[in-house]
Amino acid sequence: MYPASSLIIFTSFSGIGFGLLFFLGVGLPAPKGMLALIFLLIANSLAVGGLFAATYHLRRPERALKAFTQWKTSWLSREAWFAVGALLFMAIYGIGLVFFGVAVGLVGMVGALLSIATVYSTSMIYGDLKTVPRWNTPLTPILFLVIALTGGSIIAGLGEITLILLLITAITQVAYWVKGDTAFAKSETTITSATGLGKEGIARLFSPPHTSSNYLLKEFVYIVGRKHVSKLRFASLAMMVGVPIALLSVSVNLWFSLVAVICHLVGVVISRWLFFSQAEHVVGIYYGHRSDC
Amino acid sequence: MTNQTCLNTSPKVSDEIRKTTCYMCACRCGIDVHLKEGKVAYIEGNRDHPVNKGVLCAKGSAGIMQVNAPSRLRAPLKRVGPRGSGKFEEISWEEALEIAEGLLRPIRDQNPEKLAFFTGRDQSQSFTSLWAQDFGTPNYAAHGGFCSVNMATAGIYTIGGSFWEFGQPDWENTKIFIIFGVAEDHDSNPIKIGLSRLKERGSKIIAVNPIRTGYNAIADEWIAITPGTDGQFILALIHEILKAGKIDLDYLSRYTNAPVLLNAETGLLLRDKDGKELVVDKESGDLHPFDRKGIYPDLAGEHLESGMLHRTVFHSLVDQYLSPEFSADVVSESTGISAGKIRAIASELAKVAFEETIELPHSWTDFRGEEHTKIIGRPVSFHAMRGISAHSNGFQTCRALHVLQILLGSVEVPGGFRLKPPYPKPSTIHPKPHFKVSPGSPLDGPHLGFVHGPDDLALKSDGTPARIDKAFTWENPMSAHGLMHMVISNAYHGDPYKIDTLFFYMANMSWNSSMNTRGVLKMLTDVDRNGKYVIPNIIYSDAYSSEMVAYADLILPDTTYLERYDCISLLDRPISEADAIADAIRWPVIKPDRDVRGFQSVLCELGGRLELPNFINEDGTQRYTDYADYIVNHVRKPGIGPLAGFRGTGTSAGRGDVNPRQMDQYIENGGFFVEKIPFGANYYKPWNMGYQEWAVKMGLYDSPKPYLFQLYLEPLRKFQRAAEGYGDRQPPEHLRKRIKSTMAPIPIWYPPFEGEHVDPAEYPLHALTQRPMAMYHSWGGQNAWLRQIHGTNPLYVSSTQMKKHDLVQGDWVKLSSAHGSIVVPIAEMSALNEDTVWTWNAIGKRKGTWALDVDSPETTKGFLLNHLISELLPQKGDGYRWMNSDPITGQAAWFDLRVKIEKTELQKMDDTSFEIIESPVGKGPDNLSWKVGK
Amino acid sequence: MTMLPKKTERKLGLVIDLDTCVGCHACVISCKGWNTENYGAPLSDERPYGADPTGTFLNRVHSYEVKIDGKESQLFHFPKSCLHCEDAPCVTVCPTGASYKRVEDGIVLVNEKDCIGCGLCAWACPYGARELDAAEGVMKKCTLCVDRIYNENLPEEDRVPACVRTCPSGARHFGDFSDPESQVSKISRERNGFDLMPEQATKPVNKYLPPRPKDTMKEVDVLAPFLAPVADEPEGFMAWLDKKLDKL
Ligand SMILES: Nc1nc2c(c(=O)[nH]1)N[C@H]1C(S)=C(S)[C@@H](COP(=O)(O)OP(=O)(O)OC[C@H]3O[C@@H](n4cnc5c(=O)[nH]c(N)nc54)[C@H](O)[C@@H]3O)O[C@H]1N2
Ligand SMILES: Nc1nc2c(c(=O)[nH]1)N[C@H]1C(S)=C(S)[C@@H](COP(=O)(O)OP(=O)(O)OC[C@H]3O[C@@H](n4cnc5c(=O)[nH]c(N)nc54)[C@H](O)[C@@H]3O)O[C@H]1N2
Ligand code: SF4
Ligand code: SF4
Ligand code: SF4
Ligand code: SF4
Ligand code: SF4
Ligand SMILES: [Mo]
Repeated sequence: MYPASSLIIFTSFSGIGFGLLFFLGVGLPAPKGMLALIFLLIANSLAVGGLFAATYHLRRPERALKAFTQWKTSWLSREAWFAVGALLFMAIYGIGLVFFGVAVGLVGMVGALLSIATVYSTSMIYGDLKTVPRWNTPLTPILFLVIALTGGSIIAGLGEITLILLLITAITQVAYWVKGDTAFAKSETTITSATGLGKEGIARLFSPPHTSSNYLLKEFVYIVGRKHVSKLRFASLAMMVGVPIALLSVSVNLWFSLVAVICHLVGVVISRWLFFSQAEHVVGIYYGHRSDC
Repeated sequence: MTNQTCLNTSPKVSDEIRKTTCYMCACRCGIDVHLKEGKVAYIEGNRDHPVNKGVLCAKGSAGIMQVNAPSRLRAPLKRVGPRGSGKFEEISWEEALEIAEGLLRPIRDQNPEKLAFFTGRDQSQSFTSLWAQDFGTPNYAAHGGFCSVNMATAGIYTIGGSFWEFGQPDWENTKIFIIFGVAEDHDSNPIKIGLSRLKERGSKIIAVNPIRTGYNAIADEWIAITPGTDGQFILALIHEILKAGKIDLDYLSRYTNAPVLLNAETGLLLRDKDGKELVVDKESGDLHPFDRKGIYPDLAGEHLESGMLHRTVFHSLVDQYLSPEFSADVVSESTGISAGKIRAIASELAKVAFEETIELPHSWTDFRGEEHTKIIGRPVSFHAMRGISAHSNGFQTCRALHVLQILLGSVEVPGGFRLKPPYPKPSTIHPKPHFKVSPGSPLDGPHLGFVHGPDDLALKSDGTPARIDKAFTWENPMSAHGLMHMVISNAYHGDPYKIDTLFFYMANMSWNSSMNTRGVLKMLTDVDRNGKYVIPNIIYSDAYSSEMVAYADLILPDTTYLERYDCISLLDRPISEADAIADAIRWPVIKPDRDVRGFQSVLCELGGRLELPNFINEDGTQRYTDYADYIVNHVRKPGIGPLAGFRGTGTSAGRGDVNPRQMDQYIENGGFFVEKIPFGANYYKPWNMGYQEWAVKMGLYDSPKPYLFQLYLEPLRKFQRAAEGYGDRQPPEHLRKRIKSTMAPIPIWYPPFEGEHVDPAEYPLHALTQRPMAMYHSWGGQNAWLRQIHGTNPLYVSSTQMKKHDLVQGDWVKLSSAHGSIVVPIAEMSALNEDTVWTWNAIGKRKGTWALDVDSPETTKGFLLNHLISELLPQKGDGYRWMNSDPITGQAAWFDLRVKIEKTELQKMDDTSFEIIESPVGKGPDNLSWKVGK
Repeated sequence: MTMLPKKTERKLGLVIDLDTCVGCHACVISCKGWNTENYGAPLSDERPYGADPTGTFLNRVHSYEVKIDGKESQLFHFPKSCLHCEDAPCVTVCPTGASYKRVEDGIVLVNEKDCIGCGLCAWACPYGARELDAAEGVMKKCTLCVDRIYNENLPEEDRVPACVRTCPSGARHFGDFSDPESQVSKISRERNGFDLMPEQATKPVNKYLPPRPKDTMKEVDVLAPFLAPVADEPEGFMAWLDKKLDKL
């Protein structure tokens, strides 16, 4: 899939933002006053900024409100609702924290749940697509949730919880890659199922429908080199997990945390870049692209 | 519960439909042009049209993009930079016509042969040739010489008509259909419609083609023949069926020259004093002219005269073909087809022809007066095109195929192959070539025609060629369509003579329609010692900014097909059906938005200015205001004009007076005219008096012209005899051997010439091109929709060769012939004859042309094989450079090409010698959302 | 809601015959032409005369090659447009409700006025049947020519999709699959019409007819049934003719 920067930024940033909102909602930490404001500002700008980036992916953003209508069937629509809900509840919760110094626990809990639901919905936009075998696994929502929580926890400064979450992130991420690498081959979709041809022999694309490119090829048939991939995976893991663990085990001071967050985010962005660019859409089969390349 | 919106499912489709004829190829389908506010909104097929019956191909539907193409020329152009630079100045029509007149008038007055007027694939040849004839130059032809003259002439000489658009398989009844060397053909929609009819009925389709795409891909059986060996394969089929006696003796006796007696000494046909071929009547044993009432010609007839025993054509034919050299086992290796496969096909043909006979209860009378109560059909049919004809052995191969058809008794019968009026027509009633030049006056007759022996050759009294293209000379005696591909080369070399002005119409002669493109560009731009161009003047008519435009001095910009009148005339290439006669028109369904004029109308005006007899009134004024005026008012012979429909008072068909409302009536009728052949007259046409009389009534003949199919082609024998030293018109010495060996009167096979001239070990591969169905030669490439489908053309390489050369998909190779080499991208194909490489034809473009970006894929990856094909073969030690053409007809031997491939790291084409041409029309827009309605 | 109807009154769709499609692209261009002028925004082309032209097409024809051990390789032309799936994932993912499946005939459409151009439906379609128009920013897809098939401004016989009307090889058929007696149901039954990517569980309405077996002709030796020689050792014309005539 084409790794659109709007989507990479959206999923990475809003993920962390909602992760942080989750922790704030459940009271981990439970800052008050100015500190609360700062935390909320960070969380909200990540979440809202991410969502805003997402609208760049829309070719007709002026109609974006229509996206709220199909919550019964569409994860994107649900995401929109959950996001708005989460931001709303957390805003109320935040007003309590900042201006009144009170944590209305129930509101925070609802906000936290909605934040998680938002990240889950985002992940399900991808995870629900049968057309992208690499994504079509419960590991997709797990990975998104784990990364969101991990990022949130680093900012929230949750110490050991963060370290544990980082480890879980590493495990989930590696599991995701390992599973993903065979997902396409394991899906039942082959050139024979796609075309009905090749039952007697080996079918292959002879010529594409057009010698020129098209929307489908640009959007879905994105190829990354294998060598490239292992380097990027290493970089992603190192930045997303390795560096933060190293830094945070040394100290949890503000600067260390800041560097850890930035490194983590860079790692997440790389992970997301790989998430998109490595994902192969089954339509590629029609264009002669197979999972083994 | 769904989110359904209310939808208008009955939107207005258009303001108006105008019915005219497509021009995106030579198939000439009927189209419904939907207009909104006077603009073209949508084009679809005309359901009532005899050719396409409503369907339309990709090019036809994309016509809308042809009309709004940015490459369209805008006004007449005068060259201001050097030739080839593309630097022009737009001028007025008055100035353009004055320049043209200024060039042409002195030529006509002094030496008309100094004008060479050659036209491309337009079908106004009966008009353009009339103009050229009136001008008085012998140097006129259309593009047939480089296209498919082998097919056309072999057909006309043998059966009085040909494949192509001159005849068709009986799609409704045939049970086995073999298609040789066809990718698309002129009759493209009818072939597709026909194939689908065969599929519906479960008839067997066998494709003989080194490449399995398109029609060949859907065939039940694919014969991956070695290019150039079809003749061997066909003769092996003949051998096998002959050996088994599975031939139609009755048909051969009655309708062919099989029973005609051959003079044992000369090999000429025995004739009576009226020139009629003689046969022995089976009953009486007497000698009679073949058409004597009541006789039954004896295939085994013999005639003893002055001690010499004359036997039949059939006797020679059987003797020749029973020889084991023609057997399946012998030809299997060279053709690449196993002997078992050849026999299987022969057996299938025999079975279907003779066990699955069709009988129709039509009564009809043959030309010997015999009445028949039924028509017997042999449901085997064939179609073939350039795959067999564009070889240097193409004429004989095409003839061989017709002989096979005839032996099976399958021509002009139900289920077989049927001709479309005005065919069948014996070759003897076609004109012969005319070339007598008298300054200031017309030529003595039509330029092109059918020769029947050395006496008909277009040679001057000193024996040199009368025509610039050397058509109808000893090098290619039966070149009925001329040799457009030799014109530039011959004019440049002054061989046979120098000319003054080249006048081309609608042929991209500096690019895809020339052999040796690079060389041609040099010839067009080369200057003599005085700094003057070796070819002094070039006038060209095109509608678009093609590669050729840059090489002319004066450009006459044409309208597009939706903006002009045209006629698809029976005097030209027919659109009839086997059961009906038909012709059609084009008319301006939209108005041109620029200063362009229909080329034929321009010729009407030029003809008037030059005072050509057919183009002026008695008072010397211009006779035809425009082409439409000519179409309606020109009278070829009393009662006969360009269009056969709605003559006289508007109800006469075929013959009739000029009808001033004729054009309107065509328009009212959907742009065409059809008239059915009466029931019972529609089969056995050459021998069926019902048909013959109908054809006379329709003006196709002046009197009934029954004739025999020519298994034995006597004119060939006459040329052979001349080469053997008989007669006073003698070929030059160096041609004797070749004439003797190639011009056999009963079809033979010989290896394609290029194989003899280049070392097959060095150049082991055959290189072919195919027509893409969604692209028309060079001018489909400017079409915004079509160029997305075919914007590049890889060289397809067989899996075997891929392995052998260690190639993978996406590699580039150096592709070389004895003539040159180019670097091209490749793609793998396994449904391909192992020793063949191929590519789509005419995709490659010259930078700067067609209003495309200079780095468009057509110029960076698209390529032409033409750079590797020369009009002359490499020298072979005899000191001559032989023409790369069929020795009988002069047909360009495009598909004889032999090449080698070498892997290269170079991932780019070597285009250093093709500079960018300055575009006379600018560049196309960056975005296109063509919607004319709101 | 972008829910799929439980059941549609009719199931309109196409049958595409892989045995007869010659790959001419006629359907591609007639579709482009009709849909540029009709339903919604025109199908635009970016850099139509440039180095990398790309345009929106609702129907494209691929070609595939099949290599078979010990047999000649085969080549197939493969047209593909929206299959109007019964369980159309493209519809359910649409966040705006712009995508929907019609209750009356099962046609899957995009209401361009509601489309935000998010592209999700194209992601959800396994077949590459949806293309986002670059100029208009809305999703385009085959409409099954909904503006032709009921169009009272067209003669009755022309109320078929543009691609079907134009196909010169008769490789495309249009009809109602809910009627077991319709022509499309019948040929699909008789010729073993199949679904593309059945494992994607989209339940396509359009069916493909498999190519008939090819290259089945058996090689024949000298004693082929119809090739028994007239004379065992043909010695010239007369011997041959005598024998041949004997047999008549
Ligand atoms: N390698 C290789 N070369 C081949 C062949 C092959 O098979 N292989 N095939 C050969 C054959 S059979 C042929 S017929 C030739 C075809 O070659 P050409 O006859 O050169 O065909 P086109 O490229 O169509 O060029 C025709 C010219 O007509 C112009 N034109 C188009 N419409 C109009 C119009 O309405 N009016 C006017 N005045 N001009 C118009 C076009 O712009 C173009 O410049 O190519 C030959 N060349
Ligand atoms: N779409 C489209 N239609 C066209 C044209 C076009 O440009 N585009 N051009 C028109 C013109 S001018 C012409 S002349 C006709 C030509 O129509 P076709 O005769 O169909 O022309 P080609 O595409 O040259 O196809 C030649 C075929 O012969 C095969 N072939 C080559 N050598 C051999 C051989 O030795 N033996 C056998 N058996 N096969 C062989 C090739 O593989 C190819 O399939 O098409 C006309 N129709
Ligand atoms: S075959 Fe196509 S391009 Fe040729 S005349 Fe017919 S519709 Fe036009
Ligand atoms: S083919 Fe694709 S776009 Fe069409 S209904 Fe099925 S999933 Fe949707
Ligand atoms: S692109 Fe349009 S139709 Fe497709 S899912 Fe998004 S809003 Fe719906
Ligand atoms: S049904 Fe209409 S929209 Fe669909 S592919 Fe055919 S022509 Fe295009
Ligand atoms: S129009 Fe018919 S034959 Fe041509 S590509 Fe389309 S389906 Fe195939
Ligand atoms: Mo041609």
